[in-house]
Amino acid sequence: MSSIIITINGKDHSLDVDPQMPLLWAIRDVVGLKGTKYGCGVAQCGACTVHLNGEAVRSCVTKVSRAAGQKVVTIEGLSKNNDHPVQRAWQEIDVPQCGYCHSGQIMSAAVLLRDNPNPTDADIDAGMAGNICRCGSYLRVRKAIHLAAGMERKVSSRNE
Amino acid sequence: MDTQSVSRRNFLKVSGLTGVMLSLGLYLPTHAEEAEIINTAGAADLGTDLNAWIRIDALGKVTITDHRAEMGQGSYQAVPQIIAEELEVPLNEVAIVFAQGNRKYGSQITGGSSTVRGSYKNLLKLSATARQMLIQAAANQWAVPVTDCYAEAGHVIHKPSGKKANYGTLVADAAKLEPPKDVVLKKRADYTQIGKPLHRPDTPLKTNGTAGFGLDKTLPGMLYAAVERNPRLRGKVKSFDDTAARKVPGVKQILKVKMLVHSTPREGVAVIAESTWAALQGKKALKVTWDDSGFEHLSSEEIYKRQHEALQTNEGLSLKQQGDVADALAKGSKKLDVVYQTPYQSHSCMEPLNCTAYYQASKVEIWGPIQAPDMVQDFISKEMKLPREKVIVNMTFLGGGFGRKAFTDYPYEAAVISKAVGAPIQVVWTREDDSTQGPFRPGISYRCEGAVADGKISAFKLRMAGQNLGHWMGAPKDKPNNSTNEGFLKPYTESIKNLSIADVPFETPIPVLWWRSVYASTNGFAYESFMDELAHEARKDPMTFRREHLPDERVQKQLDKLAEVSGWNSRKPGEGYGMAITECFSSTVGQVVKVSKNPNGGVKIDHVWAVMDCGWYVNPDTVKAQVEGSIVMALGAATQHEVTFKDGMAVDKNFYSYLMPRITDIPPIDVFIMENDADAGGVGEPGLPAFSPALTNAIFDLTGKRVRKLPFSLATV
Ligand code: FES
Ligand code: FES
Repeated sequence: MSSIIITINGKDHSLDVDPQMPLLWAIRDVVGLKGTKYGCGVAQCGACTVHLNGEAVRSCVTKVSRAAGQKVVTIEGLSKNNDHPVQRAWQEIDVPQCGYCHSGQIMSAAVLLRDNPNPTDADIDAGMAGNICRCGSYLRVRKAIHLAAGMERKVSSRNE
Repeated sequence: MDTQSVSRRNFLKVSGLTGVMLSLGLYLPTHAEEAEIINTAGAADLGTDLNAWIRIDALGKVTITDHRAEMGQGSYQAVPQIIAEELEVPLNEVAIVFAQGNRKYGSQITGGSSTVRGSYKNLLKLSATARQMLIQAAANQWAVPVTDCYAEAGHVIHKPSGKKANYGTLVADAAKLEPPKDVVLKKRADYTQIGKPLHRPDTPLKTNGTAGFGLDKTLPGMLYAAVERNPRLRGKVKSFDDTAARKVPGVKQILKVKMLVHSTPREGVAVIAESTWAALQGKKALKVTWDDSGFEHLSSEEIYKRQHEALQTNEGLSLKQQGDVADALAKGSKKLDVVYQTPYQSHSCMEPLNCTAYYQASKVEIWGPIQAPDMVQDFISKEMKLPREKVIVNMTFLGGGFGRKAFTDYPYEAAVISKAVGAPIQVVWTREDDSTQGPFRPGISYRCEGAVADGKISAFKLRMAGQNLGHWMGAPKDKPNNSTNEGFLKPYTESIKNLSIADVPFETPIPVLWWRSVYASTNGFAYESFMDELAHEARKDPMTFRREHLPDERVQKQLDKLAEVSGWNSRKPGEGYGMAITECFSSTVGQVVKVSKNPNGGVKIDHVWAVMDCGWYVNPDTVKAQVEGSIVMALGAATQHEVTFKDGMAVDKNFYSYLMPRITDIPPIDVFIMENDADAGGVGEPGLPAFSPALTNAIFDLTGKRVRKLPFSLATV
């Protein structure tokens, strides 16, 4: 076993783990960041979504070795103060019920909005179809992504 | 010296040590409806522990105990929101803690949508009592009439002078007062928090990953366990080869375990490891030979065949019988005799089952996503022969519950493994374990016979053949399942003179359990599909037909609302509209579903309207969220997934074949809440049962095709 260095939420971690271990379990059990969730283990539910070099990946099927030397962002690192536009929109609309799926939903939504700052309902559905919510909070996910898009627009017009 | 003064002095001594506090709890004598409000001294007099629901410290900080599980339905807000209202403190300034499992809180089983309806009256009174004691303490300090003082935002104010005191400065004096017997409760119109869509206090914890779920618990020295369980209930382990499993790096120990499902043992092999991944790898590498002797290798076809046969030959155990159904059926000119079929379902909580336990020197502590901490405490205390106080059960946030996490098997298993290993253990269920092990919602068939005469129902006979989950908990087998009429509106039974409802005994070895809205989740489909068939037979508009059979003012108003919001009376030809109305846990929900032909084949859902009548409620936004979520869950159960059995095992193991509704499947859903003064009904479950019949009734309206078997495919219907 050799150590694998990964930058997680801006901090370098040197991990002595089986390189085959999914990133999910390395993040949860070895690094100790518990915000990323296990839901299915087979890339079906999206609960484990993190950003790998800025792209949303399912950490349950991403070998930790694939992240070696790369940058990973988890829900804990999405913003310092729980105030990424997606997080603010989620709070405004009270999207979560049990909340278990929402680390993944939020990480997926953040990438969706970065790539498409003004998504239609159809764009949102296409971008979020990989995230299951057993509590059925989907209507609010849609609504909150529109709201977050509005917030992004406001921020960027202020910056112009 | 009387005992009261002794305990009061004792109490003051104790509170002097721990910092002054006003703590109030509830004492509910057996069978009493109304609780007595007690403080520490009162509790001592009664020889019990104080169940401090409200604690206010010398800084004025208010801590409220949530005695129920938070699994998405909002108890973490509802309980504090109720208390904050009468206590006159802003919800966002109180701290909320989960109670441990303890009988002193009364029943903690978070099921039957009972958190609010079961406790709100006592909680309102409790908080008003605390408020009154604080006002009294202020009046005493200022030597002014108590009637000149009022409470607001964590302070008592003297009206004439405008003098103001923070609760914290009053708790020492308030704690010495006897809780007043009669307090005046606020009127609903005067509420500033109850009935308002306040933000949920748990939302921020759920947007940055800090909400602690069961799987997030860690303890120093904790090891992880994954268990390969016999895929068949009652199956045992014959032998196992763990040579390969032992070679997996991080695997520490492998042992045979026995878990009790109800009172039936199920055996498996546990792999104990340093990380979840190592445990899962070890589990995969095991070679287990199962002993399945004595188990019936059932299949789904077999189950339904037996149910249908039973419905043709067996009159069943009567639950309700009025008039002369046989005669009315014989005389009826327009007769119907149909069978509906509903599937077994898995709860499939987003957070798979898991539990953390630490057994040491004759005591065990449990942490987990637990819906019924008091039941877990009872069960483990009995099975492991430990006194109740040596079984400490802590609730984490639950990543979904839906009834599954009100069960005792998985915490018990964790406790057993921790005892055997001698270390704190977190048992992780894989999604595959969670999908295939059960207990499941029972799949049920219904035979409905009926007749109409003069546009009205002249006979209505329903027989249900499905597993009685009460039998797993010791209910007598010669009595009908008393949930056979769950879902069916009571006013129907007043208007239908010839009515019979019976339970046809049906058993299998498949373990079954409550699933969101329990029997109403399947009964509702049968009752309200059949109501629609009878309406059609009577050539009546389905809404009008129901109106004519529901002689109840409250329900009539709800139907008015449902017709109004859905545009029922202005629907156009070519549009498919269906409705259904069901009762569940003292709330009634009516739904209208609109469907149209999908250009790619089949049918698509265009819109859902739901009208919830839950009487008194706490948070309208939570009520709406719960109905939305219930509809999505019902959509999945009606059109996407079912547990099928083959050779005595559940077939579908993960979400690639046990399909879940996704965002792409969700139609617009509008939820409306009836406003009235009725007592509180349930919120978390009652939105579910009406959806599937409203949907299939809409499909009938559009296509003339009657769907009598769930699940069905929208794409091919
Ligand atoms: S846990 Fe990774 S997609 Fe479900
Ligand atoms: S909020 Fe519970 S699974 Fe999405």
